Amino acid sequence: MAQSTRNQFFNTKKAVYLLLAATAISSVVVSFRTDAFNGVPSERKTAVAETDVAEPDSVISKKAFLQAYKVLMHPRCMNCHPKGDRPLQGDDSHIHTMNVQRGTDGKGLYAMKCSNCHQPQNTPGLHMPPGNPNWHLPPADMKMVFQGKKPRELAMTLLNQNLNGHKDHQALIEHVSKDSLVGAGWDPAEGLAHLPMSRAEFVKHFKTWLDKGAYLPEK
Amino acid sequence: MVKLKINQKEYSVDASPDMPLLWAIRDVVGLTGTKFGCGMAQCGACTVHLDGEAVRSCVTLVSRAVGKEIVTIEGLSADPDNYLQKAWMELDVPQCGYCQSGQIMSAAVLLRENPNPTDEDIDSAMSGNICRCGTYPRIRKAIHLAAKMQREGGNGK
Repeated sequence: MAQSTRNQFFNTKKAVYLLLAATAISSVVVSFRTDAFNGVPSERKTAVAETDVAEPDSVISKKAFLQAYKVLMHPRCMNCHPKGDRPLQGDDSHIHTMNVQRGTDGKGLYAMKCSNCHQPQNTPGLHMPPGNPNWHLPPADMKMVFQGKKPRELAMTLLNQNLNGHKDHQALIEHVSKDSLVGAGWDPAEGLAHLPMSRAEFVKHFKTWLDKGAYLPEK
Repeated sequence: MVKLKINQKEYSVDASPDMPLLWAIRDVVGLTGTKFGCGMAQCGACTVHLDGEAVRSCVTLVSRAVGKEIVTIEGLSADPDNYLQKAWMELDVPQCGYCQSGQIMSAAVLLRENPNPTDEDIDSAMSGNICRCGTYPRIRKAIHLAAKMQREGGNGK
């Protein structure tokens, strides 16, 4: 009799433990279900999720400009957008030797015109003149200075049609996408540093900046 | 064979299109007034006129010169309106003389575009022509004198 009671008590205890174990396992399984929108139609789920992570256009626009700025301020671009009337040269952007001057049309002065030394193509060898058929600085009446400008100030310059050669957004995109001399930045002469991204990437950032509202960076 | 027009004369030159113009002028055509200096467009000794502009012939390829007017120091000497060499002789500008043909070719472009240059204009035009003898003060004086001769029809004194 005592044995029978002990067995009954043991079976009851076993059943309680089994019930507790089953409950614990179910809780763990449920806790791994992270889809908060279970049961919601899939299109709605996507829309809500995207809204959750998307940044405002102003943020996207400014971030894109800051990427493009890395190219604009690189010596391959900035050297021909100096704050003075003398071009810069080299990876340290020192003032061009030989007292080279901008001239009225940006193509140099007298016997010191750009194309007197800069050929239609790069001249092979270290320290040889880089080349392009249309080598020049911006003209004296539209200097398009990059040198020394922080992102906000450079963005303002690029957008100001009185400073940028009367270019609207489309013309600006056309210029950075197709202009041959802009393209020369991606074809440096021997020994000169390369730009930090491809032209396609640069144009993508530049276009995003404009398409998302041409917002000015904070500083 | 490449056709080049040098000093008003047509030459058939046995040169590849990627030969530097200086080589064609000196070694093939035989006009040796133009000098080789640095070979990298940094000294100006090889300056010639290509369609009137003072190009550095050591880095200018023959292909760029085809169909254009090339003038060397020999061609400039034959120009009766050129007073530069007269002024250069008047003031005994050269010392060793090696750079002087390049100096004169550059000065000719300056006087064509600015018949009455200031010292600053001269510096702007001539800074790409290096003279190891340091004849710069005499070059500057000679350019002023040539400009005066040019304005007064040859009588610069």
